[in-house]
Amino acid sequence: MELKELLLESLTTLTLNKVRTGLAMLGVVIGIGSVIALISLGQGSQQSIETQIKSLGSNLLTVSPGSRQTSGVRSSGRVETLTLDDAKAISTSTKITTVKNISPEYSSNAQIVAGRNNTNTQVVGVTPSYPNVRNIQVSSGFFISQQNVEAMAKVAVLGPQTATDLFGEGSNPVGQTIRIKSLAFKVIGVTVSKGGSGFANQDDRVYIPITTAQKLLFGVSYLSSISIEANSETVMMAARDQVGYLLLERHKIKDPLQADFSIMSQEDILGTATQVTSTFTTLLSGIAAISLIVGGIGIMNIMLVTVTERTREIGLRKALGAKRKIITAQFLLEAIIVTFVGGLIGVFLGMMTSYLLSQMMGISFAISISSIILAFGVSVAIGILFGWYPAQKAANLQPIEALRYE
Amino acid sequence: MIKVLHLSKIYKTGEVEVKALDNVSFTVKKGEFVAIMGPSGSGKSTLMHILGALDQPSSGNYFLDGAEVGQLDDDQLAEIRNKKIGFVFQAYNLLARTTALRNVMVPMIYAGMVKEERLKKALKYLNMVGLSDRAYNASNQLSGGQQQRVAIARALSMNPSILLADEPTGNIASQQAEEIMEIFQDLNKRGHTIVMITHDPEIAVYSQRIINIRDGKIINDKNNGRQQKLLTKSKIKKWN
Repeated sequence: MELKELLLESLTTLTLNKVRTGLAMLGVVIGIGSVIALISLGQGSQQSIETQIKSLGSNLLTVSPGSRQTSGVRSSGRVETLTLDDAKAISTSTKITTVKNISPEYSSNAQIVAGRNNTNTQVVGVTPSYPNVRNIQVSSGFFISQQNVEAMAKVAVLGPQTATDLFGEGSNPVGQTIRIKSLAFKVIGVTVSKGGSGFANQDDRVYIPITTAQKLLFGVSYLSSISIEANSETVMMAARDQVGYLLLERHKIKDPLQADFSIMSQEDILGTATQVTSTFTTLLSGIAAISLIVGGIGIMNIMLVTVTERTREIGLRKALGAKRKIITAQFLLEAIIVTFVGGLIGVFLGMMTSYLLSQMMGISFAISISSIILAFGVSVAIGILFGWYPAQKAANLQPIEALRYE
Repeated sequence: MIKVLHLSKIYKTGEVEVKALDNVSFTVKKGEFVAIMGPSGSGKSTLMHILGALDQPSSGNYFLDGAEVGQLDDDQLAEIRNKKIGFVFQAYNLLARTTALRNVMVPMIYAGMVKEERLKKALKYLNMVGLSDRAYNASNQLSGGQQQRVAIARALSMNPSILLADEPTGNIASQQAEEIMEIFQDLNKRGHTIVMITHDPEIAVYSQRIINIRDGKIINDKNNGRQQKLLTKSKIKKWN
């Protein structure tokens, strides 16, 4: 028997009972749709996080005080192991050959007042190399200069978000005065928006000279981090080693495992973020896959009812010469058509949902061909898996029993 | 053509054994029109199922066209039903909401016949039973008599060795029943072998030979000969 004829028979039967076919299909549509939507949303948010982390600066290494060691006893609380001298040593040492720029930073949150407006935001003490390392531009005015740092000047550069919060939309704060912890600072510039949100929002910041931050504002002598820009991506590992050994030497630590600082590359941060999102994606897709299985059981249920209902027809077909495999094929094909068409609609609806949600959440929209192919494969497999038993039941009917059935 | 030797069929329901057929033997020659008569429960339906290769006997032999049918597996039986037997059922058993043409084509589809040939034959047999103008009507748009004629066209489509009819007029008004019998007699004249199961003596008289069966045994087997009621004023004369 030709496949075309078999297909025609199956399609005829399916269209005779549109409501039932539609309901059977719905389970697969919802299952495949949610799997596709969740995988796509996961991939989209991963992409967004990647671009955000990459926008922090290229070839970036971050030295943080404290250690990543998880075993052993180590005091928590204030970590004061990195100093401005460490940063100076990195930039002047002859042993360091792979570092292009270095930016020591001290950041802390503070209340900032301008006129009647006030906001609580992150105040970052920086040096002039900060914009290069962190990939930041100034839209109006100037950034912190070397003279500002040396003179411990009370000048500030605002992030665009902070500028709006303090001075209102569209105003130019350059030349105005703000008060940080009751000290007056003159605004000398505003940075370009990087469009960040929530996670590591670089638009909601106030930059001041590092010396001013340490001595005048917060009264500390240590750094919260040192950002290092390597010469190129290929020397990242070398840069990390050179900086690491120099700091170990300066801190008089012999065992690298006992280090009182840690060096993270963007890849590390990216890796952690990716791990988190992919765990969530897997988890949610797993839940969606359960709904797919439930949909498959729904199809089996309906197919079993169909076999009982069509007992007479099956008997007749057998009497007219249909062999077992033809009856099996026909019922199996019906199940596969339902799941395949359901999968098709599901992929489409899932992509639509993902697109709308990613627009609403402001993350990028991504969908991989492999996940679509996988979804189709799974839907056809579900058709075969859950169509098999009803099809066997139909093929095993004895023609006389079937013909006698009322 | 058909040769049945010491055929028995025993049904077991719990401890009770029921002999539906008890040592039945007879032969049907090519070109015969035989009616098998008996009241309900006589075993005539069981006999018809075995003759139609729908069921296997408990003991005895059944030869169709010289081949022993009792020893075949499911798929071989399906092939026999497809190629050698044309069924006409009491309840017509057409596929619902399917055109007359496609209903006639079903056995040919199972036989793997090419589309052009299928179409040609289906139209030819529909014409033979006087329904060429109804070829594209769905089965449920046809009257009982018309549906049974479609079923006859379907039974003929594979040019089977025997035409097996189970109460073919049981659901049809007497006027149309006569038309069906007329078609059977015409087919018989053209050389088709017909075995018809019926409980109705008024239908049995259209056949050449009547086998009476009761309690699973043949009680008489007589040539209808001169008593055969011939229908000549045929309204269906579209033979080609």
